[in-house]
Amino acid sequence: MSIDLQQDYFALFGLPRRFDIDEGALEAAFHALQGEVHPDRHAHLPDADRRRAMQWATRVNEAFRTLRKPLARALYLLEVRGVDSGLETNTAMSAAFLMEQMEWREAVEEARAGGEVGELEHLHQRLRQHGRSVLAELQAQFAADDLQAAADTARRMMFIEKLQNDIDEALEALES
Amino acid sequence: MAYSEKVLDHYENPRNVGSFAKEEEGVATGMVGAPACGDVMKLQIKVGKDGVIEDAKFKTYGCGSAIASSSLVTEWVKGKTIDQALEIKNTQIAEELALPPVKIHCSILAEDAIKAAVADYKKKHEG
Repeated sequence: MSIDLQQDYFALFGLPRRFDIDEGALEAAFHALQGEVHPDRHAHLPDADRRRAMQWATRVNEAFRTLRKPLARALYLLEVRGVDSGLETNTAMSAAFLMEQMEWREAVEEARAGGEVGELEHLHQRLRQHGRSVLAELQAQFAADDLQAAADTARRMMFIEKLQNDIDEALEALES
Repeated sequence: MAYSEKVLDHYENPRNVGSFAKEEEGVATGMVGAPACGDVMKLQIKVGKDGVIEDAKFKTYGCGSAIASSSLVTEWVKGKTIDQALEIKNTQIAEELALPPVKIHCSILAEDAIKAAVADYKKKHEG
């Protein structure tokens, strides 16, 4: 058993390198590989082999974590396709999108300050729905191999995810 | 992560938080966002007839460094002409606030917010 650390995550699990993946196949491939590389199986081997097995196990876990989440998978796929998703540098989102984000955040802030749990749950629902439609856009863009558009959508999803975390945090704070 | 004293100061006592009415004479708005952390920043400038920025306000949803960066630039742009404001670089912001490397994008966001506000001003007044 050995793992080629140069392989990309898709190849590691024997999956085609595309956004739409078979989640069942990913899961099955992950469990099979995880069993192979588990440190316990290499406990009787010399240090160098154990270290290498540890590296493989880490790689397999990281690959699985990346591919199972749509946004992480999208960012990774863009990276291996050589497209800079501009997370650190691209601040010029569309004005309408940013305005909408501002309004969402204001609504969350107000609901949190006013202790309105029902309103936060409503925002949570609405945002999830919105997130699903954005994910559908992303799927279509990858299917059409429009990687620049996909990068733009992935950037938007970063904001949506952050917002979702903010709402969860606000709900937790109010419920505790 | 430990924030520098200057970041904490701006975070706890942010300068110039708020908004101007968009229709107000000489007001221009810059909206930017940092995908890396999902931060959103709105920077407004109020420019006098002589092209000097009289006042600035901001509203930022983000981490302490993003809030401090935007608070700082609202102080810096006041009294500058719009062209002088464009000379503010993210490296100066990062240096002033002693931002760690992982927070550099907050200073980039603030620099880009100034650029966006000035671009909005020019579009309204020169176009």
